[in-house]
Amino acid sequence: MTRAHLATMLLSCALLTACGGQDPTLPQTGPSPTLPEPHRGLLPTMKIADPAKNGWGANRPTVPQGYTVTAIATGLGIPRQTLVLPNGDILIAEGKGGQDGHIMRPKDFFAGVLKERGTSSAKAGNRLTLLRDADGDGVYEGRTVFADHLNAPYGLALIGNRLFVANQDALVRFDYQPGQTRASGPPAVVTALPSKLNHHWTKSLAASPDGRFLYVGIGSNSNIGEAGMEAEENRAMIWQIDAQTGASRPFATGTRNPTALAFQPGTGQLFAVVQERDEIGPNLVPDYLTSIREGAFYGWPYAYWGRHPDRRVQPYREDMLAKAVAPDYALGSHVAALGLTFSSGVMGARFANGVFVGEHGSWNRRTPAGYKVVFVPFSGGRPSGPPIDFVTGFQGGDGKTFGRPVGVTLDPRGALIVADDLANVIWRVAPAGRPAPAAPARVASIPATRHQPENG
Amino acid sequence: MATTLPVRRTLHPVPAVLLACSLSLFLGAWLSDWTYAKSFYVQWINFAAWLNAGGMVFLGFATLWALIDIFRADVPRDRGSALFVLLLLVAFILGLIAAFVHTKDANAPMPEALVLDVIVFLLVLAATWLGFSTIRSGAAR
Repeated sequence: MTRAHLATMLLSCALLTACGGQDPTLPQTGPSPTLPEPHRGLLPTMKIADPAKNGWGANRPTVPQGYTVTAIATGLGIPRQTLVLPNGDILIAEGKGGQDGHIMRPKDFFAGVLKERGTSSAKAGNRLTLLRDADGDGVYEGRTVFADHLNAPYGLALIGNRLFVANQDALVRFDYQPGQTRASGPPAVVTALPSKLNHHWTKSLAASPDGRFLYVGIGSNSNIGEAGMEAEENRAMIWQIDAQTGASRPFATGTRNPTALAFQPGTGQLFAVVQERDEIGPNLVPDYLTSIREGAFYGWPYAYWGRHPDRRVQPYREDMLAKAVAPDYALGSHVAALGLTFSSGVMGARFANGVFVGEHGSWNRRTPAGYKVVFVPFSGGRPSGPPIDFVTGFQGGDGKTFGRPVGVTLDPRGALIVADDLANVIWRVAPAGRPAPAAPARVASIPATRHQPENG
Repeated sequence: MATTLPVRRTLHPVPAVLLACSLSLFLGAWLSDWTYAKSFYVQWINFAAWLNAGGMVFLGFATLWALIDIFRADVPRDRGSALFVLLLLVAFILGLIAAFVHTKDANAPMPEALVLDVIVFLLVLAATWLGFSTIRSGAAR
């Protein structure tokens, strides 16, 4: 750890001035967030999550009164996104992507060492783990590796008997039969995805309700174009991919890092959460939740929140500034939204109509933001009203971080599945006092489980 | 028996080499940033950040050497020595600020980076000039 120590020593004195005090709180959720003037000091403000030594220990995430939270899987290899299969089984994509040690500037070396400290040191699984609760009691006693040797799998989607996985470099397809616990063979490649450098490597995935198309969110290769615009070819956009042929085309562009996609039940409208740019202040730019309009340009890198110009990118394109559209709903600056799922009546009346959003948590502001799962209420099919904290307590009173939420998935049996990529845990949040109904299809238990789930 | 004659000694070879290295690296940083500002090819500004960092390493040791020298009783000094140290210190501080400015993304370091590059280069140039021309009297060995 000499590298880490050297970097810490060199930067800590310089950062001291930036670490004290609190960031001003601005109303930055909802359709029209307050946006201050861009500002950046001599050094980027960095407050990296400081993982608690013993992880969660005896602590548990905080959930609203009347809800329970349970760890249904522990000891995973960096879980990111989950998929609830029709028989109630849960698939977990575990992995870590990006090009290791890609250092273009002295800054990349120091920032890399510092940011690494806020993440799990567990070995990336690069696999799909399957969890099964055969008797429907909320305890997932069955656990198998569905598929391994994948390349940083992230997005998951099921169309009929085809399971699609968005690896960091390709969209791949497995055959899936109900009840299957192990893939029958290696996956077939549907289409290659942009993967050079892969600064923002997470490839999010959603399938259209009719099963014709897949949508893949592809993050930018930089914060604001500092890797050169050649590196941004086919990036910071959402692709539409024909599920049969693999033919792809940009569906919407200018989305800096679209980390989760979901279709709204009923309307068939595609929604996304997107992480916005850093290093222009603690309250810029809000990450957002938005419906995705076909052909729309959401601003990156030239503009943010509609037509607010970001002239750090040169040569500048005034024509792109004029094209930029504002997203629907701000989630707050630097919250690092990574998970999105539509809720339903099974989560209780208060949380029935809206979406859950997993917020991994900030690094580029003094006062931490995010580090929780929020519920954004909807009305008339649109986000409406301030977000409500749903799962909190990811950081202790001493500022130590127990876990960091990533993917959130609704289990139609009546639970929210939350992946925690710092503690390597899957959390299940369910309304209390209502035993989960039995699995819709009778499922056999998996023989010879390797892990005992831990109750929370 | 030969008589001991006073000799004139200029800069010690070690700080001389350190200064020469930093001077050329800071010149490189300036030229790279200038090329970036003309072309917006990011690799030029990336390279400028590395050249500045390299220059800072050599300048840091040269400054340290000069600081130790100025407090040593056995090293003769004149008014030039104090100015020499002062120039190095100011160059080091501004060079550090230039390094921090280079951590900004894309075009954000401009134009401050370019202005600082020029100032740091000129300060190191002046210090090198002074260091090599300051005449110190010392006993012959």
